[in-house]
Amino acid sequence: MTIQAEKEKKIKEWEPKIIAFLCNWCSYAGADLAGVSRIQYPPNIRVVRVPCSGRVNPYFIIKSLTDGWDGVVISGCHPGDCHYLTGNLVARRRFAILKELLEFFGIDPGRVNFMWVSAAEGERFAVLIRKATKIVKELGPNKKFEKKW
Amino acid sequence: MGIESENKEIEKNLRDIARNLLQEKKVDAILGYSKGTAPLSTSPIIIRHIDEVNKLIWNNLCYMNLAKYLVPRIPQLKSPKGEDLKIGIIAKGCVGRALIHLNVEKQLNLDNIKIIGISCNGIVNRKRIEREIGEKEIFEVSTSENNIMIKGKDFEKKFSFDEYINELCKVCKVKSPPKDSELEDIFIGESREMKSIDDDFSDLKEFESKSPEEKWQYIKELLEPCIRCYACREACPMCYCNLCFVDQNKPIWFGKTTDLSDIIIFHLVRAMHLAGRCVACGACSSVCPMGIDLNMITRKLEKLVKERFNFTSGLNSKFLPPMMAYNMEDDEEFMLEEN
Repeated sequence: MTIQAEKEKKIKEWEPKIIAFLCNWCSYAGADLAGVSRIQYPPNIRVVRVPCSGRVNPYFIIKSLTDGWDGVVISGCHPGDCHYLTGNLVARRRFAILKELLEFFGIDPGRVNFMWVSAAEGERFAVLIRKATKIVKELGPNKKFEKKW
Repeated sequence: MGIESENKEIEKNLRDIARNLLQEKKVDAILGYSKGTAPLSTSPIIIRHIDEVNKLIWNNLCYMNLAKYLVPRIPQLKSPKGEDLKIGIIAKGCVGRALIHLNVEKQLNLDNIKIIGISCNGIVNRKRIEREIGEKEIFEVSTSENNIMIKGKDFEKKFSFDEYINELCKVCKVKSPPKDSELEDIFIGESREMKSIDDDFSDLKEFESKSPEEKWQYIKELLEPCIRCYACREACPMCYCNLCFVDQNKPIWFGKTTDLSDIIIFHLVRAMHLAGRCVACGACSSVCPMGIDLNMITRKLEKLVKERFNFTSGLNSKFLPPMMAYNMEDDEEFMLEEN
């Protein structure tokens, strides 16, 4: 096999690594439900459990990208269902600004995906994760932030 | 009327008002601008006695945002008995906006502040002029008609005023502090109540139409010289946290290097913190030792909150900043959906 072909194969076989911040009260349980119900979803995500989507500091997202994660997923309760009443509404405003700011900086906004998943929506969780993984996979490895030293 | 005579008149009025206020004991100190020690600069000054009033100046190099000196992070002026002093602050448009916004964030003790509002016709982009002059020594800076005159050893140069003011001043719509019911002020020139600014952000269109790759290239080249001295943070009236996120070291929030990834984090997160709060004074760009012009990011933030939440910071004490509030009916077109 030539080096070129090997390289191509490597790119083809490349799987993205995605960090997922899941709200303890809904999405984390939603992911659990997807697992218990034996719904298949890509194994690319690594879950971080947070108390609320409002706990996700925009810094976490940017830091994840600079640390080499290919994508970030943030999932919380549907608007109005927040365990802390307004956490996800505040978070939504933050995410809206962040996403547009990332685009302005020339960082693919597709790497950062936000979603609402309730504890009863195992199927929806699987579908959305599949979708997010597909988007990130198309974007390819996250190379913009490689630290030189 | 030329810019020079306008400035001279403002300066004269300024000194008169300052003298009166100090004489009538309405304020204990005046916070203003004085002649700088370096060329193309001015220094902030605190005036307590009437005989010092003539040190006050006003010209197109007064780039500092004086509102910074009134936020709690900076040690406040006290009398020998330890009481707070009453301060008169000389405010151009963006200082007025900063004061109003700081009031919204409950950072000011309004009883002790008196605003002396002046109308500003733009601040000179000193970094750009410095870059064009290079290493040569500057002796004198003056404005005549529509030109900025720079005199130095063996050279004399003319810069067009309209061209060589800050990018933010070119699109500025708040030349003098907006009138606000909660702030007490004296005005030189006109002042009016403002609810919103009509702005089409046409200066951003060119950049926004670029491809992501071109944008990244531009941002990379723009921010790469950053040495992370945090002068932009120190000059910013809205950066008043007791402990900035970049200074936290338990745990170390992020790397201290000047590698591009760390620089991008700093500027992105700082931009996030200033969304809906930045008053577009341009102080950050004016103090940058590397001459990085952050006006694009500033403008983008202004545009974002304007379009999404119909809010412009620092116009009125009654409006709540968008990032301090929430609404069930916010747009969520950016959320991932099943189909």
